[in-house]
Amino acid sequence: MLSKKTRQTLLGPLSRNNPVIVQILGICSALAVTAKLEPAFVMAVSVTAVLAFANVIISLLRNTIPGSIRIIVQLVVVAALVIIVDQILKAYAYDVSKQLSVFVGLIITNCILMGRLEAFALGHGPWESFLDGVGNGIGYGMILVIVAFFRELLGSGTLFGYQVIPQIFYDWGYENNGLMILPPMALITVACIIWVHRSRNKDLQEK
Amino acid sequence: MKKLRDCIDKIKPNFMPGGKFAMFRSVFEGFETFLFVPATTSQSGVHIHDNVDSKRTMTIVILALMPALLFGMYNVGYQHYLAIGQLESVGFFTLFFFGLLAVLPKIIVSYVVGLGIEFTVAQWRGHEIQEGFLVSGMLIPMIVPVDTPLWMIAVATAFAVIFAKEVFGGTGMNIFNVALVTRAFLFFAYPSKMSGDAVFVRTSDTFGMGAGQLIDGYSGATPLGQVATHGGGDLVLHNIAGKSLSTLDYIVGLIPGSIGETSLIAILLGAVVLLWTGVASWRVMLSVFVGGLFMSWVAAAFASPVYAGSLLSPLDQICLGGFAFAAVFMATDPVTGARTRTGQYIYGFLIGVIAILIRVYNTGYPEGAMLAVLLMNVFAPLIDYFVVEANIRRRLKRAKR
Repeated sequence: MLSKKTRQTLLGPLSRNNPVIVQILGICSALAVTAKLEPAFVMAVSVTAVLAFANVIISLLRNTIPGSIRIIVQLVVVAALVIIVDQILKAYAYDVSKQLSVFVGLIITNCILMGRLEAFALGHGPWESFLDGVGNGIGYGMILVIVAFFRELLGSGTLFGYQVIPQIFYDWGYENNGLMILPPMALITVACIIWVHRSRNKDLQEK
Repeated sequence: MKKLRDCIDKIKPNFMPGGKFAMFRSVFEGFETFLFVPATTSQSGVHIHDNVDSKRTMTIVILALMPALLFGMYNVGYQHYLAIGQLESVGFFTLFFFGLLAVLPKIIVSYVVGLGIEFTVAQWRGHEIQEGFLVSGMLIPMIVPVDTPLWMIAVATAFAVIFAKEVFGGTGMNIFNVALVTRAFLFFAYPSKMSGDAVFVRTSDTFGMGAGQLIDGYSGATPLGQVATHGGGDLVLHNIAGKSLSTLDYIVGLIPGSIGETSLIAILLGAVVLLWTGVASWRVMLSVFVGGLFMSWVAAAFASPVYAGSLLSPLDQICLGGFAFAAVFMATDPVTGARTRTGQYIYGFLIGVIAILIRVYNTGYPEGAMLAVLLMNVFAPLIDYFVVEANIRRRLKRAKR
């Protein structure tokens, strides 16, 4: 269905060119929204949507944007999309929107967005840019969800708010790990993912 | 001794390259050098004139920890029998044996988990087994409350050994003090089992020993815990049976607290061993106490009832909590501390100041010694860097003249 090159555009960011664990971008939001799975998941979807559409719009405009003001144009496009996402979340998922608080608005400062717009959308057609946006969004979201899975499971004993660690464990003396809720453990969890990823992809290891 | 040597020599070829158990060589060498000082000597240009290798150094630190550990065990029993009101009817050995039963599982868990990971990693990467954990494994049980569950200690020890030590390259490469990372992990992950007034005194029996009803008016709060929750008025600290405490009690150390930290006398005995053998730096130790006294003096000078900690006298500040233990055994860790002489003064002084600063003015933390040492661990390389740079600049200036 897809040619080899477009498949690379879409699937590359999932593993070998992952924005979070290989390019180490978007770490701040990975710390901020991953204490629970639900906000992490919503954040992942929001970033994917914003990134895909921003990529398409910038790619359509790429020949008309003067080089000297391109950053401002990109910011305007991203800001408009972020406001739309924010309003949709407020309308249809108010609780999650409250949990995410400023971090939806801060999607605009997510380095992955500007990075992809600068590096990809300005030089490629709309369809490839769309795939690139979706691929990077999913690559980012995937890491967020993995981190949030471990943080919520170990930190709160729940997944998507449902109790998964049985009560009998608590009766035996098990306790939720309060440190997992705090930001440092998000970094350490990301580090562990990077550790596993690099040991499976030896060519990515720095000398 | 001779027999043991012969026995080791007999099985040694099996572990050498080509032998049956060549893959376990690092484990074998670890045990061999633990039992005997290695016989190999350097053949050419080195500057080491001493056969005190790091295993021997570690052994001395363990010896220095013994007074505090043994006293800690006695104190665990003392506090328990005080809490159930049977102190008069039991003898010294009952108290000590109760403490031994309560503390020994923690020591075993800490060593089994920590050494297990060290051995596995050494095997896996083909390194020699390094001995840094000998001390960390003894420190960990001494800086936790007696009622912290064993599985939590196991989890925290595993976390600290992997993420504070092995990922940085093992013994001698760690940025943070491993034992304190263990404690910090426990403190932030399971605050209800590391602080408050329910964990510092064992109120239940230990393996069926010492069952009894709590006395009326029992309160398990440590002196610093009482300071942190002090609600105004005169600050009078009391022991778990409601009797008021004096500075002498803090120095002797029959007060609730983490296992090894309560007795100033026992800790100072350890300090004497460390200083006499030259294992620890007296500069760090002294300047931690000076920094602590200075900051407590400042706090006492601006004493205000809002911060109950500032109502304590400087001497009490030094004796209470984990301050002295951190000064003698944590700040002096040669790996994570400053190495230049001037740097050691600065490093120690700031540990003392920050520990008291956190204790007095951050009401969220009753004790600041752990956080102060961890924070200064981060700054130790920076301090060293500036001390070295300043030295270079001074000598350049002198050369120009």
